[in-house]
Amino acid sequence: MTELKSGSNLEKVLAAGHFAFTGECGPPKGANVEHLKEKLSHLKGNVDAVNMTDNQTAVVRMSSIAGSALMIEEGLEPNFQMVCRDRNRLAMMSDILGAYALGIRNMLCLSGDHQTFGNHPDAKNVHDIDSMQLIAMVKKMRDEGKFLNDEDIDVPPKMFIGAAANPFADPYEYRVYRLANKIEAGADFIQTQCIFNMEKFRDFMKKTVDMGLHEKCYILAGVTPMKNAGMANFMSKFVPGMDIPDSLIKRLKGVDKKDQAEEGIKFALEQVEEFKEMEGVAGVHMMAIEWEHMVPEIAKRANVLPRPVV
Amino acid sequence: MIVADRKSLDEILAMVEGDKKILLVGCKGCVTVCNTGGLKEVEILASSMKIARKKAGKEIDIDTHVLERQCDREYVEQISETVNDYDAVISMACGVGPQFLSEAYKEQKFYPAVNTTFFGGATEHGVWEERCAGCGTCGIHNFGGLCPIARCAKSLLHGPCGGSSNGNCEINKDTECIWDSIVRKKMEQGQLEDLLGVKGAKSWKTARDGGPRRSIREELVQGNI
Repeated sequence: MTELKSGSNLEKVLAAGHFAFTGECGPPKGANVEHLKEKLSHLKGNVDAVNMTDNQTAVVRMSSIAGSALMIEEGLEPNFQMVCRDRNRLAMMSDILGAYALGIRNMLCLSGDHQTFGNHPDAKNVHDIDSMQLIAMVKKMRDEGKFLNDEDIDVPPKMFIGAAANPFADPYEYRVYRLANKIEAGADFIQTQCIFNMEKFRDFMKKTVDMGLHEKCYILAGVTPMKNAGMANFMSKFVPGMDIPDSLIKRLKGVDKKDQAEEGIKFALEQVEEFKEMEGVAGVHMMAIEWEHMVPEIAKRANVLPRPVV
Repeated sequence: MIVADRKSLDEILAMVEGDKKILLVGCKGCVTVCNTGGLKEVEILASSMKIARKKAGKEIDIDTHVLERQCDREYVEQISETVNDYDAVISMACGVGPQFLSEAYKEQKFYPAVNTTFFGGATEHGVWEERCAGCGTCGIHNFGGLCPIARCAKSLLHGPCGGSSNGNCEINKDTECIWDSIVRKKMEQGQLEDLLGVKGAKSWKTARDGGPRRSIREELVQGNI
């Protein structure tokens, strides 16, 4: 095994060749620590790391750095998300140092949803650097021990660097090159956008494997279980970058309303089974949006328990 | 050119509510080209204000004047003899105009009748689009001649983001995803490799972030040219 870059649990699980299983948790819209702890309690022991989102969909929430620190107190490993929308390079580097000092070892580098989607659409956005440059910056801080301006860092932050990939955005032909670019910039692992169009994802992974990208980076396939046909419809129409085939909406609508959640979980479980066998896929990122309490059951039925201890 | 949109009549009337004798000053520069603050638009606004005041039973006395350019002191001086005869002056130039006027005539009140929006051009009759963000370090040749700083909602240098769909930006289906166009152009030209690799963080020092900007041409200052 090569030398670990961060020593995070997620890195160790992946480096040991296990099929990773990560979760996600949005911080509260307030300082409600008890609510956050309650949500996290469902994830404990069922996933290798939990993404702590950073003002997702541009809606103000508790900071991802504070949420991540609280998660560590609860005995879970955070994957600290950072978007380029809200911070300039000074704030980013400062928060990366702070995150590392608080025990955070994984981070996911993102552009961030545009503020027009959120609850402060009149805000000014930053985008001093973009997600590609953020990845490269975290790598420089970790591997060279230097800030962006080449000054030395006194105790560099050793982060396991994550990035996102959306195979379903356009232009499709370019997506695999963009992925390659993120890996070149320094991404150690990738978490994909929620996958619903399996046919397209199979093709994307084939291209990824053909380029040998899966050997340079761990790719975690994004899964979101649908709660009902209405959620599928909504996501299809209003969430940017989503590709939800009519066949899935039809499948959910094909069962009684009370059984739609179970049908959504069944589809997610079928996906997990296929990902376990799919060349180039190193794990699953389970995004059970505001459905954290279902994760124990999903993890159990997906046969990913117990999680490896490495 | 600089593109601007006229403010609503109500907003303009509210700004000068207490003023009776008003001078409306247009500009023959960019705002004439984008049909916002030239001779024609000055006369239209003057008429509209007269009608509105008459309807409201309020007195108004409006004169109009169109300067060659409001961003040039030489032309701004042309109203020096009359400018202080008015209760207020409304400028129909871009944001530069009322500032040059305010700097030249410290006793007078100047109001902007337009909202300055962007640097751009007309893509069809009656439609103007943004093309430049004035960042001070032009690199459009690196992006197939299309500027992602001005035209990508996130100013990405490594796009397109995950919200690009059917050539449209995630913020609005009527907004072009410029990164879609950049990538397609480069693919067609077989020059995709130009977009790969990681570009260093951009210096924003030459943009507005470096503070108010000033351009000095020594040869002109010294009077050699």
